[in-house]
Amino acid sequence: MSDKGGTVKKLMYINRKAPYGTIYALESLEVVLIGAAFDQNISLAFIDDGVYQLAKGQNTEALGVKNFSPTYKALGDYDINKIYVEKESLQARGLNQDDLMALTYEDEDDDWAEKNSIHIVSTKEMSDILEQQDVVFSF
Amino acid sequence: MSLIHTVNKSPFDRNTLDSCLRLAAKGSSVLLIEDGVYGAIKGTEKSDLVTNAMSSIAFYVLGPDLQARGVSSDKLISGIKIVGYGDFVDLVAQHSATQAWL
Repeated sequence: MSDKGGTVKKLMYINRKAPYGTIYALESLEVVLIGAAFDQNISLAFIDDGVYQLAKGQNTEALGVKNFSPTYKALGDYDINKIYVEKESLQARGLNQDDLMALTYEDEDDDWAEKNSIHIVSTKEMSDILEQQDVVFSF
Repeated sequence: MSLIHTVNKSPFDRNTLDSCLRLAAKGSSVLLIEDGVYGAIKGTEKSDLVTNAMSSIAFYVLGPDLQARGVSSDKLISGIKIVGYGDFVDLVAQHSATQAWL
């Protein structure tokens, strides 16, 4: 990936808060976008109330704050296409993948085919993915 | 090398200890700090959760945070190791990465 001799690390951003009650979700997204410039192996995890960040149909007009949910759809253009959502967190909140925004990327190794970035994973799978990381950013 | 998880909120106020123990892999470590130290006390609604997890996870609790809250070592679940700030640094250095359950 890096041709300048730099080390590519596995970075994971863990998101566990709902989007508008605190600033965590927006701050995480900002850091993710900044980090995307450094050509690292990035993945995002959505756990607990963090799954609400990816909910469809967010509209903050009456709130007077920025609706940053469309920004998640841009992640694919920044080569961020490993977005893991814990199935148990969705289930606990009565949600499934249809309740989430569709996040996709174009696979340059597969004739730019449009592919799904969201992976719904079990607690065990999420636990294993966590253990594989070099760096974890906690939000 | 495995992860070290820090929990800094009371398990009676927040669900961070539950989430941490749901996702912490076998062989990883948990360090209870700040109000998280209340999770290290025996005979509470949460102590079984901790005791059960101890078969596969190493537990540490930050001594200065216990002392500040008047929690003496005889009140702790046995097997949880009390550590100081220097040990905190060593623990972080000894693990592959740190996840803070905020």
